[in-house]
Amino acid sequence: MEKKKPAIQERLPFNEPAPCPTVPVPPGPIPAPPPAAPRDQVTLTVDDKTVRVPEGSTLLEACRTLGIDTPTLCYLENLNPVNVCRVCVVELEGSRTLVPACSRRVENGMVIRTDSERVRLSRRMVLEFLASSVNVSTAPELQAYLEQYGGQPERFGPAAPPEAAEEPGTERPAVDCPTDGRTAATVAQPVKIDNDLYIRDYSKCILCYKCVQACGEEAQNTFAIAVAGRGFDSRISTEYSVPLPDSACVYCGNCIGVCPTGALMFKSEYDMREAGTWKESDQERTDTICPYCGVGCTLTLHVQENQIVKVTSPLDQEVTRGHLCIKGRFGWQFVRGKGRKK
Amino acid sequence: MGGGTSSYQEIEDSDLILLWGSNARETHPIFFHHVLKGVNRGARLFVIDPRRTSSAQWADGWLGLEVGSDIALSNAMAREILDAGLENRSFIEHATSGFDEYCRSVESYTLERGERETGVPAESIRKLAHEYARADRAELCWTLGITEHHNAVDNVLALINLALLTGHVGKYGSGLNPLRGQNNVQGGGDMGAIPDRLPGFQHVESDELRARFERAWGVEIPPKRGLHLSGMFDAMEEGKLTALYILGENPAVSEADQGRAQRLLGGLECLVVQDLLMTDTAAMADVVLPAAAGWCESDGTVTSSERMVQRVRRALSPPPGVRDDLDILYELARRLGSDWGRPDPKRIWDELRELSPMHRGMSYERLEALEGIRWPCYDESHPGELFLHSRLWQEPLLGPRAPFSPVEFEPPVDELNERFPLRLTTGRRLDSYNTGAQTSSYSSPLRRGESLDLSPEDGERYGVLEGERVKVVSRRGSVIAPVRFDTGLRPGLAFMTLHFPDEVQTNQLTIDAVDPKSGTAEFKASAVRIVKLAASQPG
Repeated sequence: MEKKKPAIQERLPFNEPAPCPTVPVPPGPIPAPPPAAPRDQVTLTVDDKTVRVPEGSTLLEACRTLGIDTPTLCYLENLNPVNVCRVCVVELEGSRTLVPACSRRVENGMVIRTDSERVRLSRRMVLEFLASSVNVSTAPELQAYLEQYGGQPERFGPAAPPEAAEEPGTERPAVDCPTDGRTAATVAQPVKIDNDLYIRDYSKCILCYKCVQACGEEAQNTFAIAVAGRGFDSRISTEYSVPLPDSACVYCGNCIGVCPTGALMFKSEYDMREAGTWKESDQERTDTICPYCGVGCTLTLHVQENQIVKVTSPLDQEVTRGHLCIKGRFGWQFVRGKGRKK
Repeated sequence: MGGGTSSYQEIEDSDLILLWGSNARETHPIFFHHVLKGVNRGARLFVIDPRRTSSAQWADGWLGLEVGSDIALSNAMAREILDAGLENRSFIEHATSGFDEYCRSVESYTLERGERETGVPAESIRKLAHEYARADRAELCWTLGITEHHNAVDNVLALINLALLTGHVGKYGSGLNPLRGQNNVQGGGDMGAIPDRLPGFQHVESDELRARFERAWGVEIPPKRGLHLSGMFDAMEEGKLTALYILGENPAVSEADQGRAQRLLGGLECLVVQDLLMTDTAAMADVVLPAAAGWCESDGTVTSSERMVQRVRRALSPPPGVRDDLDILYELARRLGSDWGRPDPKRIWDELRELSPMHRGMSYERLEALEGIRWPCYDESHPGELFLHSRLWQEPLLGPRAPFSPVEFEPPVDELNERFPLRLTTGRRLDSYNTGAQTSSYSSPLRRGESLDLSPEDGERYGVLEGERVKVVSRRGSVIAPVRFDTGLRPGLAFMTLHFPDEVQTNQLTIDAVDPKSGTAEFKASAVRIVKLAASQPG
């Protein structure tokens, strides 16, 4: 039975008295979160300088407090340290081995050296190994460290010739490379382009694990990728190495957001680089708010020649912590779409 | 003041999170990151949704209630809390009113009745009631599953009642949070783009408040509230509204009972549409005013689901011939004989700060420096409020008591019967948005187009196969859509989106049964049947 609608004047509360509160409620006290538990201060010595930092801080934080520049590759402010790259190592008095600054917690009385010959040698070797086996052409940070530490990756010889191409998706990087001592084994392999949003070029991957973390428990909790294989054969892989569209991937692009080497890249950036039209120095970055749902994610729009070419989010932004969803990161084409007035 | 009472940081620090009528995993993905931080730190998560959604997959408990039975569930929870003596007596006595009447109103909602009306096992209702009442901190969050009903406001009141009963509001980690579906739907309300309010939620029918605006603007303001969107359509039907000026909305597609909406829009004497894109509504207009994209081609602010006022900034120049919304409105004012000068977002914002006490402390400089401020923010030394209603816990109580609002369960208007046996509900998918005007321009590997999602059991019952195109009929209209099976749906429940109107005009099916208090239509509950198409019948 369809009910007949009452007329509009009966249905809308035109003539009701204004509901409460027409008079503003008085301001209450300013709410605050419960106070954090007090943290003791820890005193240690770094490069002959004494520093006091809160208990629970890392050596990296102590170094940064002193303004000591410490290279990092696998570390990122919005992720938990996994200390796999070993480029941040420092010398700790009384310790047999060098320790990773990104994850080692401070203790009272520690004596740290960040610029000893041993530290410099270790950092240089790590950078040389990476640069000899990985294409670092889109990793400016790593290149800068290499120069800073006098690394000479070419001393391992020219890159070994690539193996005959295998089935796409089954690449086992360089596992059978000839290692006659005159050429350097590499992880060279074809770029994976299996969707219109982003590409994966694992010949540029230094296995820093950041993408795995961002896809996993630290942000997206989708768990579409993990590290497969062992030793030099280790690589980032979807389940059973399936193409992305067949995997659990939801295209948030949070893996691209944390990738330090350009191995993971917007398709728009990849295409422009291939065409020679990518001009990073001409790009302006502007922070604004995502046009979609009401969460209020900050988008950093990378704009070249009045076109959006890439979207990121600041790592220190409290809403996003650098992470976005598929719409925020990739859903901007409509501003230049067919529906706009020409 | 209307807005989410908590901040996202509190969601992470809460002990119990209720997502009620919300599939935040897909519709508010970055909010859900905060939920997951909480869950990974040990918070319990309950999801209340007719569909077993991707959000529900993260929950400690999923309550798959019948569409539109939310009040029966919340009243049954309340009765159980009272029955077990788990209500927060001291808070109720200190800060609320109407408790006795509320108790009487939920008396008939036994667990057995709850189970009967909602389809949720009595034991699950009991468990959720106890967990919610006993939690130290509990956040209740909802979305359109609560508000796209003919009794939307009653649904919200039912949830507020639960928070008042247990004292889960006004303190860190406990609150009531409507998750906003559009980047500035909160800001629109804040700015008075609702029928009964001026900027800062100041009531237009208060002579004192209205007079303040009249003095500042030098004009007389109509002393009665206006119409909301659904009311406008009714007024069109009655011939009382003959000219319409639409900014950034696509009602020809997005309104429930689309056939009626299109007929009424088509019958207007004058339709003006100001939009970024040439939408279906713009295509019907007498005049189209091409507008800049507010989020990347102009300057201003938006307000988020945690009441955070944030700056949007111009990063692109709009295409030639396209003008900023402000430019268009100023030019229109000039042609109507009122010169407002040159549009300047900051100056307009400062005018708002003069008139709206809750925004007063938010200078552009502070918004930049602090990367956003939550309202209310009364002066330039005020940090903005992390959570609302702390006054309810002040000794003595500051301001008026918070009233309980007894509400009764009423099933959806579009009744199920033998002719229309399936309950159709609507919602969003992760990679798409509303009528697809924005999202159809990018290529998403997740996108599969529109479909009629059914439980595999219903597929068998109605003899339809995955991918088979069927006719879906409601009391208002019909569409043809391919079937897709979703094991997250139970028998009797179907799901569609509004994302692909070029393929399927889902709103031909939906009902415009409207909540008289909010003007929201019951998009979430239509009654439909499936008709097999002759061509696809086997043999």
